Amino acid sequence: MSVLTLTIEGRDVAGQTGHTILQVARENGIEIPTLCHLQGLSDVGACRLCVVEVEGQRKLLPACVTAIDEGMNVTVNSERLAAYRRRVIELLFTERNHVCSVCVADRNCRLQDLAVELGLTHFDLPLLSPQASVDATHERFGIDHNRCVLCTRCVRVCDEIEGAHTWDVMGRGTEARLITDLGTPWGDSKTCTSCGKCVQVCPTGALFEKGRSVAEARRRRPYLPYLVVHEGRTR
Amino acid sequence: MADNTIVIEPVTRIEGHAKITIQLDESGEVADAHFHVTQFRGFERISQGRMVHEMPSLMARICGICPVSHMVASAKACDEILGVTVPPTGVRLRRVLNLAQIVQSHALSFFYLSSPDLLLGFDSDPALRNLVGVARQTPDLARDGVALRRFGQRIIERLGGKRIHPAWVVPGGVSRPLEASERDSILAEIPDARERAHRTLEWFKKNVAQWTEEAAHFGDFPSLYMGLVHEGGNAAYSDGLLRVVDSSGWVMADGVDPRAYGDYLGETVEPWSYLKSTYFKPLGYPAGIYRVGPLARLNVAERLGTPAADAELAEYRERLGRYPSSSFHYHYARLIEIVHCIDVIDHILSRPDVLDPHVRARAEVNRREGVGVSEAPRGVLIHHYKVDDDGLVEWVNLVIATGHNNLAMNRSVLQTARHYIKGDHVKEGMLNRVEAVIRCYDPCLSCSTHAVGQMPLQVDIRDAEGALLRQVSR
Repeated sequence: MSVLTLTIEGRDVAGQTGHTILQVARENGIEIPTLCHLQGLSDVGACRLCVVEVEGQRKLLPACVTAIDEGMNVTVNSERLAAYRRRVIELLFTERNHVCSVCVADRNCRLQDLAVELGLTHFDLPLLSPQASVDATHERFGIDHNRCVLCTRCVRVCDEIEGAHTWDVMGRGTEARLITDLGTPWGDSKTCTSCGKCVQVCPTGALFEKGRSVAEARRRRPYLPYLVVHEGRTR
Repeated sequence: MADNTIVIEPVTRIEGHAKITIQLDESGEVADAHFHVTQFRGFERISQGRMVHEMPSLMARICGICPVSHMVASAKACDEILGVTVPPTGVRLRRVLNLAQIVQSHALSFFYLSSPDLLLGFDSDPALRNLVGVARQTPDLARDGVALRRFGQRIIERLGGKRIHPAWVVPGGVSRPLEASERDSILAEIPDARERAHRTLEWFKKNVAQWTEEAAHFGDFPSLYMGLVHEGGNAAYSDGLLRVVDSSGWVMADGVDPRAYGDYLGETVEPWSYLKSTYFKPLGYPAGIYRVGPLARLNVAERLGTPAADAELAEYRERLGRYPSSSFHYHYARLIEIVHCIDVIDHILSRPDVLDPHVRARAEVNRREGVGVSEAPRGVLIHHYKVDDDGLVEWVNLVIATGHNNLAMNRSVLQTARHYIKGDHVKEGMLNRVEAVIRCYDPCLSCSTHAVGQMPLQVDIRDAEGALLRQVSR
C-alpha cells in the first residue's frame, strides 16, 4: 500500500491507495457534507451531496466513492458546489412529503440540519406530493415512506452488520420504495430480527420507534460501536 | 339579484375567511342573511393514515390561536385508544396549558378584535377602528390586552417549550414534567395579570350601559347552551361531562359522557358554507339550535369555583339574569373567564405535587376508537378517531366550537341585519354591527372546516337578467 499526495481545498494532504477523497478530507479536518454515508458501512454514492470538483474533470465527483490519486487537486467548497448541494436537498424535500412540524425526528434529523447548514430557505421546484404509505405492522417499529430519502443506510446496516438483509429497494425513480422481505409487510417479515439498527441509522423520521410522538426520536448510534463516531457524533 | 343583495366581504377582525350576504326584499327590508365560511382546511382527511402518536401535534396545526385545545382534545382521544389513565399531575399540567391558552385567546378576541368597536364606537372611522386606534385613545387598556395575551403565551412557552404549537401534550400525558424554576416564573407573573384582568372587567362594567341597543339586537334569542361541567356543577375546561340547558334553565341533558356525543348532536351541511352546522338531536334541525363558548359555559355551570370569579359571576347574573340570551354578553362572560382562568392556574401551580415527575403513561394501541373533549376558548371541542390494529388513523370526526355556533351565528346575523339595515342606503357603521355580532362568538374558521365530500356543491349559471340557465350539483 503506497502513500499518495494530493491537494484538498488548497492544502497538501496525503492518503493511502484506495482511500476515498471523503476519508482523506475528514482525516485532515476538512468538512464535506454527507447524507447517505455512514462510517462503518459501505458507500454507495446515493445522495450526491458530497460531490467535489477535481481539476481536469468536467463532471462533479462524489467524494465518498472516488478514490484519491497522486497529484489530485480537489475543491470542496465553491459557489457551484453550494448551489448543487442545495438543489440536492431541495429535490429530496420536494420528492416526498417532509413536514418537519409533525415529524417524529423534528430537531433530530440530518435532512433538516442539512437544509439549515446549506441555506435552503425555500423551494423553487414544485412539490410532487406523492401518495405514500406508512407500514406500522411491525410490533415495535414503523416506516413512513413519506419521509424516506432512499439513502439506503438501513439496507446496508441490515445486510452488512446485522446480516439479516431484510431491507431492499423496489421500483425506479420516484416510484422507488424500501421493502422488507421482497415486499411483504414488515410485521410479516421472516428475516427481520427486530434489532432496530435500521431505525438507529435512519437520517430522517422515515424509520421510527412506535409510541414516540412528534420530535421524540432519539438516535442512540454510539451504542452501535461498529459505526465509528466521527468527531463526537455520527452523521 | 345583485341589486338588492348586500355583501360584506371579507368579514374583518375574525380568525379565518368568511363573507356575509344580506338579501333585501322589494321594499328594502332584510329578507334573509347568511354567514358564509369560504375557506376549507380538511384535517379530517389529512390525518388518515397517520400514526396515532402524531395526532396531538398534527391536530394542533389546525390553529395558531387555540392549538392547545386541539392538542388536549386530541391527546384525550389518543389516551382512550391507548387505554391508559393519565397520571394526575399530567392531567393538571394539561389543564394549566389549556387555561393559559383561554386567557391569551380571550385577550386576543376582546382587546385586539372587539375592543375597537366597543371603545371607539361602532360608527367610528374604520381606518382608526383597530388596536392601534385603541392604543392611541386609551393606552392603558391596550397595554392590558397585550400583557394578558403575553401572560398566557408565556405560560404555554414555559410548559411546552414554545408559544405556538408546542409538542408537549402527548398521548398518555405530557412529555416532560414541570421545573420548579418555570413554575416560580409563572407564579411571579400572576399578580400583575390578575390586576389587569380585574381592571378590564371594571372598565367593561362601567361602560356596558352604552351598548344596551346592541345587546338587545346582537343575537338576543332563546336557544340551548352546552358546556362541560364537573360533578357538582362547577365549570370544567379540560375534563368534565357535557350539560345542555335551555334559556329558562331546563336541563335538557346532563352528565353526558363525551363518547355519546353522537346521540345528542347532529350535523348538517348547507350549500352556502364550508362550515358544518351542529344541532341538538332531540329537538331536531333547526329547532335544536344551541350555543357554546363563554356565554354558554356561564349559563350551564352552577358556579366557576374560584371566589373572585364567582363574585363577578354573581354580579353578572344580577345584571343580566340567570341565563343571559344575547350573544353580545359573550364579551362580558369572556372577561370573567379570564379572571377565573388566572385563579385556577395559580391554584394548580401552588400545589406541591405539580412538580411530580410522573406525568406520562405509556402503552401500545389497545382500543380502536377514542373520543376526546376539551373546552376551547370558543367552546366545546370534540375529537373522535378510529384507528386500525397497528395504530394508523382510519377515520376522524372533528366537532369544533365554531360549528356548534353556526346556526346561532346565522340567526344573529339575520337579527342584527333586520334591526340596523333598512333599504340600500346603509351606513358603514350599520354593516360593522353585522360583522361585530359575528365577532361576539369569536369564530375560528380555520379550526372548523374539515369534512371532505359532504358539502353539497351547487353551481348556478345565470344570464345577465339573472334567469337560471343551468344548475350543476354534486
